[in-house]
Amino acid sequence: MNREEVYAKLSEIFEDVFDKKVELNEETQAKDVDGWDSLTHITLIARIEDAFDMKFTMHEVLNMKNLGEMVDIIIRES
Amino acid sequence: MGLVMDYLALSKNCKKKTDDSFLNYSLAVVGTSSTQLLSCALKGYAYEEGIALNVFDAPYNQLDAQFLDQDSSLYKENPNAILLYISSESLQTEFAALDLDAKKDFANTVMNRLVKYWDAITKNSKAKILQYNFVNINSSIFGSYGISLEYSFEYQISKLNMLLMDNAQNNSGVYVVDLNNQQSLIGRNSFYDDKFYYVAKMPISTKALPYAAKIVIDVIKIFLGKIKKCIILDLDNTLWGGVIGDDGLENIQIGELGIGQAYSDFQRWLKSLKQRGIILAVCSKNEVEIAKLPFEKHPDMVLRLDDFACFVANWDNKAANVISIQKTLNIGMDSIVFIDDNPFERDQVKSAIPELCVPDMPQDAALYVKYLKELNLFETVSFSLEDSKRNDLYRVEAKRLELEKDSVNYDDYLKNLEMEAKCSTFDSFSIPRVSQLTQRSNQFNLRTIRYSVDDIERISKDDNYITRYFNLKDKLGEYGLISVLIMKKENDYLFIDTLLMSCRVLKRGMEEFIFNSIATIAKELGYKKVVGEYIKTEKNAMVENLYTTMGYEDVGNNRFVLDVDNYKSKNTYIKG
Repeated sequence: MNREEVYAKLSEIFEDVFDKKVELNEETQAKDVDGWDSLTHITLIARIEDAFDMKFTMHEVLNMKNLGEMVDIIIRES
Repeated sequence: MGLVMDYLALSKNCKKKTDDSFLNYSLAVVGTSSTQLLSCALKGYAYEEGIALNVFDAPYNQLDAQFLDQDSSLYKENPNAILLYISSESLQTEFAALDLDAKKDFANTVMNRLVKYWDAITKNSKAKILQYNFVNINSSIFGSYGISLEYSFEYQISKLNMLLMDNAQNNSGVYVVDLNNQQSLIGRNSFYDDKFYYVAKMPISTKALPYAAKIVIDVIKIFLGKIKKCIILDLDNTLWGGVIGDDGLENIQIGELGIGQAYSDFQRWLKSLKQRGIILAVCSKNEVEIAKLPFEKHPDMVLRLDDFACFVANWDNKAANVISIQKTLNIGMDSIVFIDDNPFERDQVKSAIPELCVPDMPQDAALYVKYLKELNLFETVSFSLEDSKRNDLYRVEAKRLELEKDSVNYDDYLKNLEMEAKCSTFDSFSIPRVSQLTQRSNQFNLRTIRYSVDDIERISKDDNYITRYFNLKDKLGEYGLISVLIMKKENDYLFIDTLLMSCRVLKRGMEEFIFNSIATIAKELGYKKVVGEYIKTEKNAMVENLYTTMGYEDVGNNRFVLDVDNYKSKNTYIKG
């Protein structure tokens, strides 16, 4: 799966979780998205893991800095 | 009907507005692990069931403070119920730190702690207690050997579940919710996500949360009176494989061979439900003689004709038949489950009767029982041996209706029934049923005061009260305990605190019999006046004018007075 495809799929998941279209790029962080709090983070991570059939490590769940890093992990693990 | 088993969908429900059609309920969630997402799943699942659930999510791991301090934020919330969730994961951490002697006694230690919490809750609030049981975890310290070794965590958790079951039986306000079964259904590896436990202290994964929420809401539905009482069943391809009218008695699939086994198992499951008090009825498009044939002649049928309270087979549309069954049984349409393998019939019935519960049965009969078990439609919070006779009571009732049709007029019918009533003061045998009736009766209930078993016990011992319950029987059978009367002695009159009657015996002359008894009691005790009150509810309009009909004088403020000396005994065909 290439980067573009990952973003396309992520975009759908974000829209589902946040109930609205979310502009995503390599620099996007939790603080940029209205409603991305610690609880929603759990829901979001669980959805992404299911959709890409992969698992983040606990370290990654707590320390991913931005979407670019997340996409790196997804591409590596799925 | 389908189940919403997706956490995200449930969490979105939490933001939706509820309207007047929703029932209100408040629940406090108190746990040893984080319960924020669980609370959200509970609220979201309640929304699916038409319940506006107000959830108070207590700060986690402060059980002592919340339960033992009578001024705690928990008690200030005054919730209808408290969900107590001590996770096996938190217990495992506690267990690991113990020496071997303490490990051996761990289940008892935890159980004593629970009982202490329950007692404190009962003392400090009126909330019902919902207690999750404990999910099994094998520590793999001893391998399989651990399951027979007192020092292992797995042994202690299983023992704790057993202790919990025994203790809950003796605590009438405690309801165990079977979380452990949900874990076995979806599997430990789906139920628990190690990473999220460490990251967020969540012992239940987002995948499992809807399952954990469903079983709690199912019990709350019962508290709110949303009870399923009856199953109406199709026959061909539902209770047996094949079509009796086309295939004939020898060729339908039932019994211990091949596909027939699935239908036999389904029938066994239904028979157990009947034994626990669910009423069974048949609604089939068939000639009635042909429809009855397998029940009478097939050696492998588990269900027989006398297992059904009502048997309807004809070529009318099924919605009309369902309505006629509902009228015969005189129960709410929303308490009936309609089971039919044919999606076309289901759609038609469902659109004609939206309140009816119509499960989308799977195409494969092998999955009938599994699917219905998952729906968990027959939740209950009580069981008595009397429940197992309920089907028979309703079957006899259906026979009475036939007798009524055959009588020349209604008086003739009543006379033919040869009814006899018995009037007794509350005793230890009747107290649970009396309490149950004050909780369940809505229509023929003058003041609708709900009494717990404890309340009724207290009243029965209080000399200021006169208590009576009425049993009725006729030549076709027993109706059981069908009416409750509680009167309070005031200075110079008797006040009717509670007067209620089961709707199954309406218009049999029982009302007259009861009012004759009231006048007799007043006379015997030397009272000149009896005062009754009508408190209006949404459901008791049928008794609005009862007192005036029975010769009481309307004195305003919904109060009615009887001058005992002038009471004219009412005619009734019921013998005392």
